[in-house]
Amino acid sequence: MTPSLQSDTPLLEMRDVTVGTLRNTDAVVASGVNWVVRQGDFWAVGGLHGAGKSDLLLTAGGLLPPRAGELWLFGQPTSRTEAAHLTQRLRLGVVLDAAPLLSHLTVFDNIALPLRYHRNPPADAVETAVSEFLKATGLLPWASCTPAIVPRAWQKRAVLARALVLRPELLLLDCPLSGLDGPHTGWWLEFLETLARGHELLGRRPLTLAITTEDLGRWRGRARQFALLNHQRFQVLGDWPQVEQCAEPTVRLLAGGHTADPAHLGKSTETRHPERT
Amino acid sequence: MAYAGAMRLSVPSVLRFSWLRELGAAPPPTSPARGLGRRLVLLLLTVQGLTAFGLITLGVLLTKPILARGVIFNLVRQELARAGLRLLPMFLFLAAALGFLVIGQTVSWLTRVGAIQFLGAVMVPVVVRELGPSLTALVVLARVGTAHVVELGTARALGEVEALEALGIDPVHYLVVPRVLGMALGIFSLTVYLVLGAVVSGYVWAFLQDVPLTPGDYFRQLTGALRGLDFALLALKTCAFGAIIAVVTCYHGLAQPLRLADVSAATVRAVAQSLVACVCVDALFIIVYLLAA
Repeated sequence: MTPSLQSDTPLLEMRDVTVGTLRNTDAVVASGVNWVVRQGDFWAVGGLHGAGKSDLLLTAGGLLPPRAGELWLFGQPTSRTEAAHLTQRLRLGVVLDAAPLLSHLTVFDNIALPLRYHRNPPADAVETAVSEFLKATGLLPWASCTPAIVPRAWQKRAVLARALVLRPELLLLDCPLSGLDGPHTGWWLEFLETLARGHELLGRRPLTLAITTEDLGRWRGRARQFALLNHQRFQVLGDWPQVEQCAEPTVRLLAGGHTADPAHLGKSTETRHPERT
Repeated sequence: MAYAGAMRLSVPSVLRFSWLRELGAAPPPTSPARGLGRRLVLLLLTVQGLTAFGLITLGVLLTKPILARGVIFNLVRQELARAGLRLLPMFLFLAAALGFLVIGQTVSWLTRVGAIQFLGAVMVPVVVRELGPSLTALVVLARVGTAHVVELGTARALGEVEALEALGIDPVHYLVVPRVLGMALGIFSLTVYLVLGAVVSGYVWAFLQDVPLTPGDYFRQLTGALRGLDFALLALKTCAFGAIIAVVTCYHGLAQPLRLADVSAATVRAVAQSLVACVCVDALFIIVYLLAA
């Protein structure tokens, strides 16, 4: 049973947060981040490669503590006690590009793992629930395969299904379209849009989404709010018309309007933190 | 691991092993004394890291005894099969060889000094107290402990640890606890089979060497030399060996991001440190035996 939220209570709120990075305890990828994600939002956060999007998402998801500032999840400050933190964590799903399927489990068992671990339902209930997600993501033919023989694009779908199986209220995705070909990209865009509107898998409840991307233009007409992470600064851009009006060169580049060389856009985070790859 | 370490806040960056990398990247020592000093510091830091990792594992084991028991019991069962059942044929062979070695060596000496009535009793200090647990630990370390380092190092390199944390699953609970439990139970069980097999094969070898000893006398000598403490200490020692090997090998697999080239070096380190730790624990048990005697 998850506590009910008032409709205006933000699901995620970052107050003057300084975002660190896992690779270097001294480095900062963004500071003064103020970000409010409300129920029904669909955020696309753009940033160049190495800008710190993954670290921002990890911090937002409560997986990496803020270096400074406050992180609130579901109307509560992130707790330092493990049990309370876990309760908050289970209400949000995180899909990380660098967090793949577990290689010793089949696709089915990978998707079933959060259910079995956190809820421990009877075997037939697990079977039913996981089968629904396998079907919705087109993974039924891969269900009994281990990740070693599953193509990467299908593995990404399995990671998405695994994050959704606990039916989260907020889903954070790190560059979900990276490395995908046209048909798979189309599937992801359509599926995430359906999730945002209300997918039957989640009882037609609209899912709040926040994704990071290196191509804001792909999310035109799908994401409702846009933001930029650039030069250690998090900037809320607004809706798509406001993105189009933005004169910032990085925004123009990410929105697909220009083909500027990233090298001319100033020092990237990658340059500042060469240990990040 | 880094996420869990960071989130718990109470767990320092010792799990990230950054100090070891910094020391490794430091310029070579300019004198033998400095080289010795660096090795000493590395040793102390390794002991600190292993102790911290062992205590974290113990903490997780005690605070989450029934969490996700279906998943964890299944993993313990798998580990028990790997560190126990699947090694049984090899241990039956080792038991036969051990019985032959011990009886073959002692029969000639005991016959010369007319002390053949101690043949059964010899098996207790040699096989039950020392060789049985130590040989089992050594074989399991070689067969399963090394695999832990490779598996967990690969899982870490592939980002599977981060995947677990993203799912709200404690990697220590999911990856380390089942290995510790499974290996402790596995080494205990295999030691029992090894000791029983060595005792039986010992008598067979004695019989084949025409030693005038009936099975009844042999087992009477054996049981006469055994004490209640032997059973308790055998269980404790074997479980301690299993837990130590699992903790050390998991530590070396998980505590630092391994590149493919690092895996062999980490495996060698894990084997050497497991061996040293087991010998130290064995020495403690010898003291207990001596005090009890």
